[in-house]
Amino acid sequence: MEKRPGVFSGKVGLTFLTPALFFVAIFLILPFFWIFYLSFTNRTLTGVTAANPQFVGLENYQRLFDFDQWMRYGQFGNALKITFQFVLGSALLGQAVVGLTVAWAFYRRKGLLRETVFTLAVLAWIIPEVVVAFAWSAFLDVDRGTLNTILSAVGLGQPDWLFDYPLLTIIIFNTWRGSAFSILLFSSALETIPPSYVETADVVGASAWRKFRDIIFPLMRGHILTDLILITLWTFNVFTPFLLTGGGPTFRTELVSIYTYRTAFKFFEFGRGGAIAVVMMLINFMLAMGYLIALRRQKAVS
Amino acid sequence: MRNYESTFSKLLLVLFSLACMAFFALPLLWLLTAPFTPMTTLSVEIPDNPTLDNFRTVFKNEFAIRALFRNNLIIAGGAMLSVAAVATLASYGLSRTRIVGRDILVYVLMLFSSVVGGTAAMVPLFLLAYHLKLIDTHVGVILVMTGGLLPAAIFMMRDFVDSIPRSYEEAALVCGAGPFRIFRDIAFPLVRPGVAVVAIWAFVNAWGAFLIPVVMLRSPENMPASVALYSFYSEAGTPVHTLVSAYAFLYGLPVLVLYLLVNWRFGFRFFGGIKS
Repeated sequence: MEKRPGVFSGKVGLTFLTPALFFVAIFLILPFFWIFYLSFTNRTLTGVTAANPQFVGLENYQRLFDFDQWMRYGQFGNALKITFQFVLGSALLGQAVVGLTVAWAFYRRKGLLRETVFTLAVLAWIIPEVVVAFAWSAFLDVDRGTLNTILSAVGLGQPDWLFDYPLLTIIIFNTWRGSAFSILLFSSALETIPPSYVETADVVGASAWRKFRDIIFPLMRGHILTDLILITLWTFNVFTPFLLTGGGPTFRTELVSIYTYRTAFKFFEFGRGGAIAVVMMLINFMLAMGYLIALRRQKAVS
Repeated sequence: MRNYESTFSKLLLVLFSLACMAFFALPLLWLLTAPFTPMTTLSVEIPDNPTLDNFRTVFKNEFAIRALFRNNLIIAGGAMLSVAAVATLASYGLSRTRIVGRDILVYVLMLFSSVVGGTAAMVPLFLLAYHLKLIDTHVGVILVMTGGLLPAAIFMMRDFVDSIPRSYEEAALVCGAGPFRIFRDIAFPLVRPGVAVVAIWAFVNAWGAFLIPVVMLRSPENMPASVALYSFYSEAGTPVHTLVSAYAFLYGLPVLVLYLLVNWRFGFRFFGGIKS
């Protein structure tokens, strides 16, 4: 980017920035440090420990990483395991693959088919989360739901999705919910590739898969990286499945976000909630760092 | 050969499109028919005599209507105004002043907000609101939402502000206009489409939010539609599905309308640009 002198002095610029700095300081930076402090106390909402929280050292962390307990249902290790499977399934395998496939299928095409598919995907993405969770609970209903009506019509039985395959169901649900972002990102990335590259391959008669592997994929590596990290971060923190399953049955869909919610806002154990939040933020931080490092390496290559 | 192949690939594309449409549309299909169906049902069926009775019943439910037409409008409208105002000022300040490493600053802010954001931040944000006596107030919800949405809003606005020419502002500066006059009379009218996009984006986000209001609000009469809808289908025994679906329909409709508006007016795309 070219360096240009500013229109205004730094002091004027700062005045324009003051409201934003206020919000960032109070609602982003302060919570960040507060949560570290909280995680070393036994702060609760009511009772003695609300007014006078005690410093308890690493107790909250020890309870979190109590390895005798932690893989049991409703414990932290189990929530981490479920979250890991959820991110792997619905972000990396789900959204990224759906995004790439749809974007590539409609590459250099215009028209009604493309418009309809893109619009439907975007609607799934932007409609309020409680509305889609409610629609899905009707969609998945054992006897009368749309899905089982179709399945039983072709003789595939009527499984109780939220009970028999709860994790698989929220993985598909989240793929459905979030794919639009990857579709849009990959489509705009594909538009930046000069058509002549692909036309040359057309002349030689290369297959769609070969064109994708040898021409498109190498050019899109940076975009794919951006997409993967962003959807990983979002999926890791997503709370929407709670609206469909409430974390159940028997904690089988209790993601770390739902576990945090339950600890902090059902039992109001803010100290423990803080410790979980710190661990979550560290994981988020490592993901974000991985993103920056990979992006830098990618730039050095190209 | 060539013809055969293009017909074949066209057919493949049609089949693939139909599969995508089914995947994305089927889960929502019931929500389009049920509100107009007289009998409570979970099946998708086109009603023989479509009715608006479900909507009439919903409008008689004071809790549901207050949540949707008062609380949701206050929260989403408030968040929209504060996000748009603060983000516009900030990105203008960032754009028109030489600040060392401002691109990195905005990126770090974006990453920081995704690191701190989400459920993890709800614990200290709740306590912050508790100490500021903002629990169970709409102001508290609006402030917390503004803090969360701001970094991405600045990121989006930056492109709009950077793309408007500076020469008018420089000329006005020479003529002796002050910085705030320049912003109000010259820059703001030019950047208005960007403000509109960011405002709609913030509105849609706040309109759909569930976690922040459910954590920060206490009394039923302050709850927005997301919490009301959730309580309708999760807590209240056996819900009357057609009534709940009519409510969900009303609640989802503004988002649909705003999407169509943005699509028609600006073309739905990525705002803020994609950096590889």
